[in-house]
Amino acid sequence: MKRVKKPVFFIVAVLILALTFTAIFGVYGQNGDNKTTYIKGASDIRWGIDIRGGVEATFSPADGREATENELESAKSIIEYRMVAQNITDYEIYTDSGNNRIIVRFPWASDEEDFDPEKAINEISETALLTFRPGMEYETTTYGADGEAVYKTPKGETAETVLIEGTDVKSATAQLYQQGEGEELSYVVALEFSDEGTKKFADATEKYIGQIISIWMDDVMISFPNVNSAITDGNAIITGSFTAKEAADLAAKIQGGALPFALTTSNFSTINPTLGLASLDAMVLAGIIAFCIIAVFMIIWFRLPGFVAVLCLAGQMALSFAAVSGYFSFVNSFTMTLPGIAGMILSIGIGVDCNVITASRIKEELATGKTLDGAIQKGCANSFWAIFDGNVTIIIVAVMLIGVFGPSNILSKIFGESTTGAIYSFGYTLLVGVIGNFIMGIGASRLMIKSLSSFKGLRKKSLYGGADK
Amino acid sequence: MKNFNIDFFGKKKTFFTISLVLIAVGLICNIFFGTKLDVQFAGGAFIKYSVDGEVQQEEVEAIVEETLGRECSVATNTIIGTGEDQVTVTFAGNESITLENQEAIAEVLSAKFADRTFKVVESSSVDASMGAKFFQKCIVCFIITVIFLLIYITLRFKKIGGLAAGVTAIVALVHDVLIVYFVFIICRMNINDIFIAVILTIIGYSLNDTIVIFDRIRENERLHKKDGLEAIINMSLNQTMTRSIITSATTFAVLLVVYIVALVYGLTTVTSFALPMMVGVVAGCYSSLVIAAPLFGMWQLKQAEKKANA
Repeated sequence: MKRVKKPVFFIVAVLILALTFTAIFGVYGQNGDNKTTYIKGASDIRWGIDIRGGVEATFSPADGREATENELESAKSIIEYRMVAQNITDYEIYTDSGNNRIIVRFPWASDEEDFDPEKAINEISETALLTFRPGMEYETTTYGADGEAVYKTPKGETAETVLIEGTDVKSATAQLYQQGEGEELSYVVALEFSDEGTKKFADATEKYIGQIISIWMDDVMISFPNVNSAITDGNAIITGSFTAKEAADLAAKIQGGALPFALTTSNFSTINPTLGLASLDAMVLAGIIAFCIIAVFMIIWFRLPGFVAVLCLAGQMALSFAAVSGYFSFVNSFTMTLPGIAGMILSIGIGVDCNVITASRIKEELATGKTLDGAIQKGCANSFWAIFDGNVTIIIVAVMLIGVFGPSNILSKIFGESTTGAIYSFGYTLLVGVIGNFIMGIGASRLMIKSLSSFKGLRKKSLYGGADK
Repeated sequence: MKNFNIDFFGKKKTFFTISLVLIAVGLICNIFFGTKLDVQFAGGAFIKYSVDGEVQQEEVEAIVEETLGRECSVATNTIIGTGEDQVTVTFAGNESITLENQEAIAEVLSAKFADRTFKVVESSSVDASMGAKFFQKCIVCFIITVIFLLIYITLRFKKIGGLAAGVTAIVALVHDVLIVYFVFIICRMNINDIFIAVILTIIGYSLNDTIVIFDRIRENERLHKKDGLEAIINMSLNQTMTRSIITSATTFAVLLVVYIVALVYGLTTVTSFALPMMVGVVAGCYSSLVIAAPLFGMWQLKQAEKKANA
């Protein structure tokens, strides 16, 4: 057998330990009062609402109305707007046009003692009120998640007068617009008013020519264009240095404000954060106890290969943590839910199995009287395909779950778009765990066993479960 | 190392009978108890409150029914770890409740029990049609996954009669799924997304177990062709038995720890995951050893017989 060099064990072991340590504790720097995160640790894992508490609500158009995809998108953009206005920035929102609904999830606001979920859901799903008002006087300024200023609550003349309401807007679309020959193309939002709206708008633009007319969504100012000329044909253009996305968003918001359908809350569920956090503590405790039991058992039963197995399991777990916490910059962080933890437990079980198969095989080969090197070589080779086939079947299951219950729903033709729910997160952690098992349980573990067996003091067969002769 | 020498193949009828009896018992229980679909699938609503002190079940029930004019059942329980009292109100029927309903109930409850504070711990209200759709999707996903697995196993075990290996592995898998399903029925647990997660985990686990055994049969068939299929199957099962027991025992131990901790903390979500999983792990180990492999042997022997007669 071609022996693996002695230092290999230490290199692999140190790499695994470093990975485990950083994946659990993260790497942070302190620069004055600012904490800089270099590597995200386990405490950076974003927990799902089933763990830290929160609200999930499904909204559908009232009175059984079938909304089009565009209408749902506008509704989504209104809801997003309102959540930001309520300081809820860490939300998830999905539209599901196949099932004619919008699903929203957001966690309990951490700084609020008396968070009232019923009130929050009600405020989010209220019918949007779009208004055009003269001037742009406002009371407060807050900052949204993207750092942009959000102006709230009209005051003065702006508060007193409503020029036009959302129902007067027939449509709002984002367009590319060229001011004149040789001018640059820019993104604008084109408005088309209803007959009544056209009249109101003509009066308003005549009165406020050269001034600002601000556009408000409920309590928040979304745009404050200048009136350049009186507009009488019922078509208006809002200019500004928009990007394509900004223009589309604004159009969606205005169109949304004019949306004729009201939303009803068809499903909702709330989970108290204390329940969630207790379960997290309990799971951490259970995880630590379970890992210790496995470690003791593996080392007693399989001795040296058992010790290596424990290292590899730690490494596999670290990889799973890393994949959900956003440790690697190329893997997005992932919302971890209770079923996600279940997927992780299963993958650890498979990791244990992989090491058990290899170690048992080595033990068996030693029992037939082979030399240590021969037994290790044969044991590793013979156990490979069992582990490989076992892992691939689990990967098939995991990929199906991700495919069907995730955002890239392959059954969307039949069942409509889906959201990243509980089952998706089970599939994700399972897949990551099995890939980790390929790296650790098959790759690292074998390198380490072979390397360790080159040490003189570690060449006793009894250390590998055989009999010394 | 202990060497086993059990005649699994010879005793296959005993093992099959045990499984069939278990399944029959499960079916009878299913007929008597019925299947309790969770709010998630069937639609409906529940609200769970934590209360700082005991309240009378009947009283709460009367108050809620009066407020909404809808039948409901109330259950109370105390969490062992924290000593907290919980009251769960489950509404009869498959209709959801509105937010206004939930607010109204909270108002009336705090008015009637002035010295107690009710806090919503968990609430859920689902429209029936959406639950049904999700359930259908789970079934379709299950079927497609099984087809893919069948194809993979058939291809990988071509040398020892791939289709036989694939089909018998799926039979063992369905066996385990049924056993887990019956655990839910007998324990009167709701069929919900936890059920789906358990089933999925058991599918993965059971398949892995079966494949390790088939892999050994594949290897022994190459090394000991002369001994005959029956001997090869018995040899393979005895060789893989230590590994099957160790793996199942460690998985079982982990789940037991999770179960006990969750029980102490009163995490019903987790206990209702861990308990059927424990049964599923035992079933998975059992079915791979004494159902998948012997069935596979019978299939192959039948085919050999046919060939000889032809």
